[in-house]
Amino acid sequence: MSTAQALPHDGVMRAADGTPLKVALARAERRERLKALGLVVPLFAFIVLSFVVPILVMLYNAVYDPDVSENMPLTVQSLKAWDGKELPPEEVFAAFVTDMKAAQQNKQVALIGKRLNYEISGIRSKVIATGRKVGALTEGPYKDAVIGIDKVWGDVDTWATIKRSSSSYTPFYVLSMLDLRQSADGSVEQVPADRAIYKSILVRTLGISLLVTLMTLLLGYPVAYLLATSPMKTASILMMFVLLPFWTSLLMRTTAWMVLMQDGGVFTQMLHYTGLTFLMNMLGVIDGQPELFKTRFATIVAMTHIQLPFTLLPIYSVMKTISPNYMRAAKSLGGTPFYCFLRVYMPQTLPGVAAGCLLTFILCLGYYITPALVGGPTDQMISGFIERAINSENNWGKASALGVILLIATLILYYVYNKLVGIDRMKLG
Amino acid sequence: MKKFATLLGVALMAGTALGAVKAYAGDELTITSWGGAYQESQRKAFFEPYIAAGNKITEAEYNGEIAKIRAMVEANAVTWDVVDVDTQTILAGCAEGTFETLDWGKLGLDRSQFIGADITDCAVPNILYSTVAAYDTTKTQAPAGLFEALFDTAKYPGKRALQKSPFVNLEWALMADGVAPADVYKVLGTPEGVDRAFKKLDTIKKDVVWWESGSQGPQLLADGQVVFATSWNGRFYNAIKTDKKPFAIIWDYQAPDYDWWAIPKGTPKMDAAYRFITFASQPKPMAEQTKYISYGPANKAAAPEIDPAILPDLPSAPDNLKTVFYPDPQFWGDKGDELRERFNAWLAQ
Repeated sequence: MSTAQALPHDGVMRAADGTPLKVALARAERRERLKALGLVVPLFAFIVLSFVVPILVMLYNAVYDPDVSENMPLTVQSLKAWDGKELPPEEVFAAFVTDMKAAQQNKQVALIGKRLNYEISGIRSKVIATGRKVGALTEGPYKDAVIGIDKVWGDVDTWATIKRSSSSYTPFYVLSMLDLRQSADGSVEQVPADRAIYKSILVRTLGISLLVTLMTLLLGYPVAYLLATSPMKTASILMMFVLLPFWTSLLMRTTAWMVLMQDGGVFTQMLHYTGLTFLMNMLGVIDGQPELFKTRFATIVAMTHIQLPFTLLPIYSVMKTISPNYMRAAKSLGGTPFYCFLRVYMPQTLPGVAAGCLLTFILCLGYYITPALVGGPTDQMISGFIERAINSENNWGKASALGVILLIATLILYYVYNKLVGIDRMKLG
Repeated sequence: MKKFATLLGVALMAGTALGAVKAYAGDELTITSWGGAYQESQRKAFFEPYIAAGNKITEAEYNGEIAKIRAMVEANAVTWDVVDVDTQTILAGCAEGTFETLDWGKLGLDRSQFIGADITDCAVPNILYSTVAAYDTTKTQAPAGLFEALFDTAKYPGKRALQKSPFVNLEWALMADGVAPADVYKVLGTPEGVDRAFKKLDTIKKDVVWWESGSQGPQLLADGQVVFATSWNGRFYNAIKTDKKPFAIIWDYQAPDYDWWAIPKGTPKMDAAYRFITFASQPKPMAEQTKYISYGPANKAAAPEIDPAILPDLPSAPDNLKTVFYPDPQFWGDKGDELRERFNAWLAQ
């Protein structure tokens, strides 16, 4: 009956309510899509709020730099016309005195000093002292009077630095995290050796992460093989040994390593009673008691222990899917066990190896608490310096810039990795 | 009769609850100090009696990081209402507006009674402490002096525990390198002087375990991880008296300093903070504190009430003052940030 109604003279199929079927269908589909979207929205919002926004804020903070421009508005304005060759003219000094008086009143002088001190070591105290004394200057000419307060104001470099920091955005933080800085004329140069630490910290972070990844692979691969090829009963018991530490908190395992590794602790005593300490002394490897605690060695050992399951489990789950028939076939064709393993079995495990190693490597890059507790001052990784920039230096620009460097380094590695291994070949199981 | 008793009980409970609510509302002070034995002594002498008087206190701990307070003040989210700070921190923080300027009239305290109170307008001094070194008498022989103990690694092999801060360490390094105590800040004020201090510290860099909280120094010494440790004298006193550790303090070139009560700028509980500082600056609780830790009260009025048994253990005891180095808090207030930055870079290299 309805067919007769739905097929009018124009030949368009219509739904029961008379709308063309095509439109009705599209409408129904849109509703379904919206429903599906509704399910995704919470996760999407969560990712945006907890991941995308903080990263954007971090990127922004790494170049945002309002301390000088906000607190020395007149000076910055009057410096615009200055060519930077000789000392700025009297107007600049007059503006400077007005700015400093205001800053002293608002107690912002220290902020200016802190910011300038990032570029001119030792100027912080001079800025603060100038802020204290500038109130006495009531009439011009200001130029000589200001230089009389501290001769740092008679230095062209000081004014070039103020002019450079007059924009609200600066490359300064990111540059300094690469041990570079802008010189007075604006060109990029190396920072002095006693401040150049960040490149070596980046290299150290990458180095430790790489070493830990390799160690977990060397230790984890055979264990994963054993787990994948053992009978079910043995495998599930062995699996417990892998999973139990995996479920234990990272902090607890790190603390356990502290106890084990400290001087006179379990490790040292074990080495002593087994005669290894004596042997190592004989061989000249060490002099006296071995020092484990607060060393690179302890950091690598503890991190390897913590990361082992992360590398092992993806390899294991890939190995589980490899049929034993391949190896049997290879052997029946006359391959030696080693040859068969190398040419038939191992290539099939590579997607798991790739996944496990990438996971461990990227997690390692962000390690903070383990190096802080079992490592020495020279074993701290980038995250440790980010923590210090925030907690003890209150320098968000620096912390953000370090984060940016770490993010970029990770992205570059990911890109290279994708080119070499191919992310689509990676398998977690 | 039973009904009446129940009624009475309910009424009493309601009254107590009301009282509790009243004490909570707006009065719950967060007081931040240096943890360990020191905060324990403050707990017994100040916090507990203050709570018993119907106030509510939440305690927090820190290791003296001014940056944490600065961050709170800059973010306008002050959650620490009263902070125990050292002199360089109060000088740096007062100059940059991190702490409230205090009104001594509102505090109801006589400023002239407080030793060192004129140094800053932002805080009330509470104790005199000193940074010292100590050793385990059962393991190490008494060293000739502080500099031999810290820097002569040939004569005293083993690790030393030093504070992870340039404060006092740089001065000691310069003096150990032959700079006269009177010239230390003249030398340290120049880039060459700073280089010289770090060069001296380089000689023991691999022999140093760096500590961050005051209880770590005595702990490292007790564990036998180090032969000498520095800390604040009260921490060693506590380890010796309470924990019966066989430690001896090296008073040679002790570095005395004040601790202060200060209010971070913009706390919403200003009145309660004032009331607590007034309470904690009275002679009686201040003298009471000396029962638990060997720091001298900054309030002169507390002097007659101090337990005489503790006098020889105070930094100000004549026997302990034979050689003393007074750090310059103004120098550190001005240059602290720079030197800490340099120190951290040096540590990481």
